[in-house]
Amino acid sequence: MMMAKKWAKFLRDFENFKAACVPWENKIKAIESQFGSSVASYFLFLRWMYGVNMVMFILTFGLIMLPEYLWGLPYGSLPRKTVPRAEEASAANFGVLYDFNGLAQYSILFYGYYDNKRTIGWMNFRLPLSYFLVGIMCIGYSFLVVLKAMTKNIGDDGGGDDNAFNFSWKVFTSWDYLIGNPETADNKFNSITMNFKEAIIEERAAQVEENVHLIRFLRFLANFFVFLTLGGSGYLIFWAVKRSQEFAQQDPDTLGWWEKNEMNMVMSLLGMFCPTLFDLFAELEDYHPLIALKWLLGRIFALLLGNLYVFILALMDEINNKIEEEKLVKANITLWEANMIKAYNASLTGNTTGPPFFVHPADVPRGPCWETMVGQEFVRLTVSDVLTTYVTILIGDFLRACFVRFCNYCWCWDLEYGYPSYTEFDISGNVLALIFNQGMIWMGSFFAPSLPGINILRLHTSMYFQCWAVMCCNVPEARVFKASRSNNFYLGMLLLILFLSTMPVLYMIVSLPPSFDCGPFSGKNRMFEVIGETLEHDFPSWMAKILRQLSNPGLVIAVVLVMALTIYYLNSTAKGQKAANLDLKKKMKQLQLLVASNFHRYAGDPGVLLTLLLKSNDLCKVPENKHCGVAILFKP
Amino acid sequence: MGASGSRLSKELLAEYQDLTFLTKQEILLAHRRFCELLPQEHRSVEESLQIRVSLEQILSLPELKANPFKERICRVFSTSPTRDSLSFEDFLDLLSVFSDTATPDIKSHYAFRIFGNTTPSHMVFVLVLLGSWGSSLELILTLSFLASCDCSLDFDDDGTLNRDDLSQLVNCLTGEGEDTRLSASEMKQLIDNILEESDIDRDGTINLSEFQHVISRSPDFASSFKIVL
Repeated sequence: MMMAKKWAKFLRDFENFKAACVPWENKIKAIESQFGSSVASYFLFLRWMYGVNMVMFILTFGLIMLPEYLWGLPYGSLPRKTVPRAEEASAANFGVLYDFNGLAQYSILFYGYYDNKRTIGWMNFRLPLSYFLVGIMCIGYSFLVVLKAMTKNIGDDGGGDDNAFNFSWKVFTSWDYLIGNPETADNKFNSITMNFKEAIIEERAAQVEENVHLIRFLRFLANFFVFLTLGGSGYLIFWAVKRSQEFAQQDPDTLGWWEKNEMNMVMSLLGMFCPTLFDLFAELEDYHPLIALKWLLGRIFALLLGNLYVFILALMDEINNKIEEEKLVKANITLWEANMIKAYNASLTGNTTGPPFFVHPADVPRGPCWETMVGQEFVRLTVSDVLTTYVTILIGDFLRACFVRFCNYCWCWDLEYGYPSYTEFDISGNVLALIFNQGMIWMGSFFAPSLPGINILRLHTSMYFQCWAVMCCNVPEARVFKASRSNNFYLGMLLLILFLSTMPVLYMIVSLPPSFDCGPFSGKNRMFEVIGETLEHDFPSWMAKILRQLSNPGLVIAVVLVMALTIYYLNSTAKGQKAANLDLKKKMKQLQLLVASNFHRYAGDPGVLLTLLLKSNDLCKVPENKHCGVAILFKP
Repeated sequence: MGASGSRLSKELLAEYQDLTFLTKQEILLAHRRFCELLPQEHRSVEESLQIRVSLEQILSLPELKANPFKERICRVFSTSPTRDSLSFEDFLDLLSVFSDTATPDIKSHYAFRIFGNTTPSHMVFVLVLLGSWGSSLELILTLSFLASCDCSLDFDDDGTLNRDDLSQLVNCLTGEGEDTRLSASEMKQLIDNILEESDIDRDGTINLSEFQHVISRSPDFASSFKIVL
């Protein structure tokens, strides 16, 4: 009994400690009280993403970057770790560093710097193995954490009848108790009233059928325009990537700022302007606002997804080019080596003892490194995305708010209530942007171990910056849509993006040969061979034999079948238990109704009521309902 | 955390943590905010647990000020005979029900009491489904604890939401101004629709189980029925 009590106390203290560790609690509470819970849900999502990224950062930093920094060979010792002679002069320029070329490229930030030696340092730390496993672990951890969050939210879902209790929900659940600001409360009152009136009117006018054909034609037209926009944006990105490859061939000094950053700017600008276009097209459609919101979210999602995949396709093109180039460079290097040796032997004919054969690492001809290029592209994209977001907020929100506030005194119409007025906080746009940025991080972090670290910085500053911007320049929304089931909707999109962004990475790991002179897997045929190598060298031979037997195809197929059957069985058990649960809930409600309607009969006889109490408590002892109890409270 | 005289004892903290859904930090914060409402000379720990704060002072808290149901909320949690003052334990009760970790069952039960009219009646036995008890031994212990304690737990409302309650509810939600109120026909239609959706036994009123049935299906309720200090 003592142990159980001590354990309960320990658990409670631990819960208290965990609650104290959570950052930004006060900020979010201030936002909740001024804007309501839907705007605050964006910041809660941001905070959760920060936690996920923190874990990824600790993994990549602690197990990849730190060992290489502490025990790996220093800069300048190997060709792959040195800036080539041709680029040395400009290697430390800010422009070059901002592009992540030069010194930034030949550092622990990117894949190409890492050496392929099996162990490094006095601890015999297996760097290539650690690199591979950390990459896989990051992906696995992300899946785990997103699925866990989704299953937690599924429990909160009532059942799925969306419109069964429309009016009752509007009356009973529409007030947001977190609101503490009188202005927001006023807004909320107005929106609730409008909501009521609209719902009443809709109910009355449900029978009136407008011109169906015109509506259908307009909707088809709107979808056609949307399709055009999506196609146009995809083509634009493809063209921009091709152009950026051409620019990469030219001398960087001849290019202006726009040419250098063209592709990232194009992607960011498309992401900013197309949603407004979609909004415009949605005017044609004349849907109910909630449905229109869902369509808008779906379209923006399709736009961002399409952009991402066109970007990847263009990247794959570039990778294939580099792999072709590698073969040529390999041939060149053997020629170059032969020449060097001939020249060295020629210089030795005079004296028998001469200086040892030495070539400075910066002078060795280099093979192209497609992994570093991929990493660089993603890092550049992330950085430009951050800048675009911040600049948009500064100009779109802050400057606009300043203009409206100060020019209102000397303007012909009321700027605050008419156009342009203050901006509202666009929750869905911001959440989608967050989700897609995270997708890019997942894609790029295998090739640039520094990416989770950069993202942590970004999320940290975003939190403070956006909190400030929201409190300072935004107003609470006039129409409040409780898209609270959207919690699972956004997590579902996150899961989809996670899946879609890890697929290209896994494809590249499994089917593309690593570059021959850069990175921890150089010299191997495929990246995952590092596992086989570890099994041979580091594990006893009987283990290797067992594992080889285990990879027998017959066994693998049998295991997959068993897993599929287990999943099916667990699924049907879960369904059965849910049904039994509902049944028991109904029984309890009936009992409750029965007693409550007859309570005056038991007023003088507590014993009967006690029996009834214990009988209904028995219902609660069923394993599915062990978390419920029944109590009677006496009033003397 | 302030002068040592204003800290709650560890046993008291542990007891409060057992009886409510709040964490230690939340209880300490609640105590501090409660003490700020008291006049300077009564701010010691012992006094703060005995003294009662009037309704007007509680309603001046910023978290409650903007709430259209603030008066009803305070009356429901008040345990004084005239229902116009709150002790510290009443205040903790309030925060516990509105906290993040309270079960939806508790929240819907209290929401029903807040929305309904609180009119005094005679002896009332109320069945309450509580979420965190697992064994009948714990149950009986808690019952005996409750039966032995003298105070609190004054559950006396008439048990249903009738048309008047509902129309008052809607008027609370539509704000104070005259132009934002619904017209009589709109109100009638709204209440007709509500009763059609929720009134299962067709008696013209919504009782607790019908209310809980409706609320348990709503995805927004648990997340909006929250007050955080």
